[in-house]
Amino acid sequence: MTENTEKKNPIRLLIGKVGLDGHTRGVQYVAHIFRDAGYEVIYPGLRKSPKQIVKMAIEEDVKAIGLSFLSGAHIPLISEIMDLLKDKKAEDILVFCGGVIPDDDILILKKMGVREVFTPGTSDKIIIEKVTALFADSSDEEK
Amino acid sequence: MSDVEEKKEKKTLQEKKKQWEDTTVAKVNKRFPELKASFSTSSGLPVDRLCIPSFDEPSYMEKLGFPGEYPFTRGVQPTMYRGRLWTMRQYAGFSTAEEANKRNRYLLEKGATGLSVAFDLPTQIGYDSDDAISRGEVGRVGVAIDTVRDMEKLFDGIPLDKVSTSMTINATASVLLAMYIVVAEKQGVPLSALTGTIQNDILKEYFARGTYRFPPKPSLRLISDIFSYCGKNIPKWNTISISGYHIREAGSTAAQEIGLTLADAICYIETAKKAGLNVDDFAPQLAFFFAAHTDILEEVAKFRAARRLYAKIMKERFGSTDPKSMMLRFHTQTGGVTLTAQQPDNNIIRVAIQTLAAVLGGTQSLHTNSKDEALALPTEDTVKLALRTQQIVALESGVTNTIDPLGGSYYIEELTDRLEAEAEKIIKTIDEMGGMVSAIEQGYPHREIEHSAYLYGKSIENGERVVVGVNKFVEEKAAKVAIFSAPEGAEKKQVDSLKKIKEERDDKKVAEALALVEKTARGNENLMPAIIEAVRVEASLGEICTALQNIFGEYTESFN
Repeated sequence: MTENTEKKNPIRLLIGKVGLDGHTRGVQYVAHIFRDAGYEVIYPGLRKSPKQIVKMAIEEDVKAIGLSFLSGAHIPLISEIMDLLKDKKAEDILVFCGGVIPDDDILILKKMGVREVFTPGTSDKIIIEKVTALFADSSDEEK
Repeated sequence: MSDVEEKKEKKTLQEKKKQWEDTTVAKVNKRFPELKASFSTSSGLPVDRLCIPSFDEPSYMEKLGFPGEYPFTRGVQPTMYRGRLWTMRQYAGFSTAEEANKRNRYLLEKGATGLSVAFDLPTQIGYDSDDAISRGEVGRVGVAIDTVRDMEKLFDGIPLDKVSTSMTINATASVLLAMYIVVAEKQGVPLSALTGTIQNDILKEYFARGTYRFPPKPSLRLISDIFSYCGKNIPKWNTISISGYHIREAGSTAAQEIGLTLADAICYIETAKKAGLNVDDFAPQLAFFFAAHTDILEEVAKFRAARRLYAKIMKERFGSTDPKSMMLRFHTQTGGVTLTAQQPDNNIIRVAIQTLAAVLGGTQSLHTNSKDEALALPTEDTVKLALRTQQIVALESGVTNTIDPLGGSYYIEELTDRLEAEAEKIIKTIDEMGGMVSAIEQGYPHREIEHSAYLYGKSIENGERVVVGVNKFVEEKAAKVAIFSAPEGAEKKQVDSLKKIKEERDDKKVAEALALVEKTARGNENLMPAIIEAVRVEASLGEICTALQNIFGEYTESFN
């Protein structure tokens, strides 16, 4: 469990799918473990366009967007999301993702500004720790 | 019971076996002789076609019976793999139709005995490649098909009367089947000669796979229309492949896989009956699809339990009198979720065990996953290795020489009974909820699966469940693996080609055909002829689905 459990205002995350991919096992599991760790998780369901995801993230005032990909469409879709966040001046919303993502693509995604990429088999503990650390970093920066 | 009576019982079972051999087996052997005159172990001992208890076993006939006979626990065919091996069918497809055609020809050349087409997500959901929603997805997880011209390219040089084709297509199955029919016409192949399968199993899309388009009710009507059309015109076609595979992949247990899949089957059969079809007119064309995981003995029991339970349902619940309607024929795929990105070579071993599970469980066809599929689509080399795995099990292991080799194992029989009972409970729960559509509306299957997936994940996390290379025997340094990358530019190529077709075709004919699709959708006539006509005049998949959506509406999931 992270410290977040005890906080009165838990950190909000949007964890979901973008595009047409219907594989939800991983994303629902990850949503579940973040809830277990005390986060408030919004799961928007299937078939959301990059525009819808970004709009929802801003409206719901989430700290980060976590997206799951098993369809191979991660590069074009994430690239659109990063552009939209920039356009909307919402770059403070962090982006992380997971799924079937080849090594070479991880480098490309990181260059686009994606903070963490989790591939299959990553333990719950590491996912929670690494994402939690992102917020620690950004609050340090604020100080 | 006296000794004399016991002897009489024992003799009866032996006699019954003799009777089975003289009737059921002899009949099939005449038409499709066994592959060899006699079978033996690798060191030369004779292998009997079917072993039965040598002692009194009063429940034998009720629980197991003989292969090819009710309740089909031991197999649907009287001689099983002694007569014909399962179909080795590798799911493949990516990029454009030309590229996918190359991969399919490669597989046939390496000894695959059937094709299995993977479509990209826009095709599966019914959007054209030039639709904004398709951006980034075209040709990604499968081949992009917009019009019948793409379908012609996909099967170029592949004679449709010789090769059976399985298509993983659900929401848009009617349109893709229509395209296949038109390609067959162009090849000069009569519809009666076509063999293959469309998945056409929409219900599991709502709770396990996600490629739905229309709401359940009109989707079920499309499915009944396909049953009826194929019953009359394409008698050898499997009109549906009711799939537990994706339910398992989404996280279910083995018992949930059987229970939810058979509950889906019950819903399709009830719908078709309500539409006025006679159960024995369409049920012989229903097929199934399951996963094979690594717990080999549980999986073998699962396949056997599913066969027995389905036979009972068909006979007792639906009053079927045709044994062909009571046979649960199934395709198997090794479990995608069991593959690990870590130490991918370990997946070869997992796939080999899962292959054995499917074969010992009596599958009719099999797809073996490639070792690199937790990383990307497989390469030609890894696909070949997966196919070779099947060939080694088929031709070297000897497990094909006798039918249901594990039948009669105390453990297997107990597990079979247990899984059947668990699955029956799930079906009963769904019946009490008012059937599968209502259960889906209440979120039941989705919730059950998600819960099982959560427990599964947690058991890996806490080390209770070992996954070698992931939570035990972990290696820090990952070996570099050469992975497949799809040719660049597929999306642009596909969009350009669709644009060209839209310029060349006869717009008036297209508009008329689409109007007819809409009109038919509004009424009760079978939709297949109108869809086939629209395909023939080169209306696109997206246009036909839009016409249907105008009448049917679009499904959106709810979270309550």
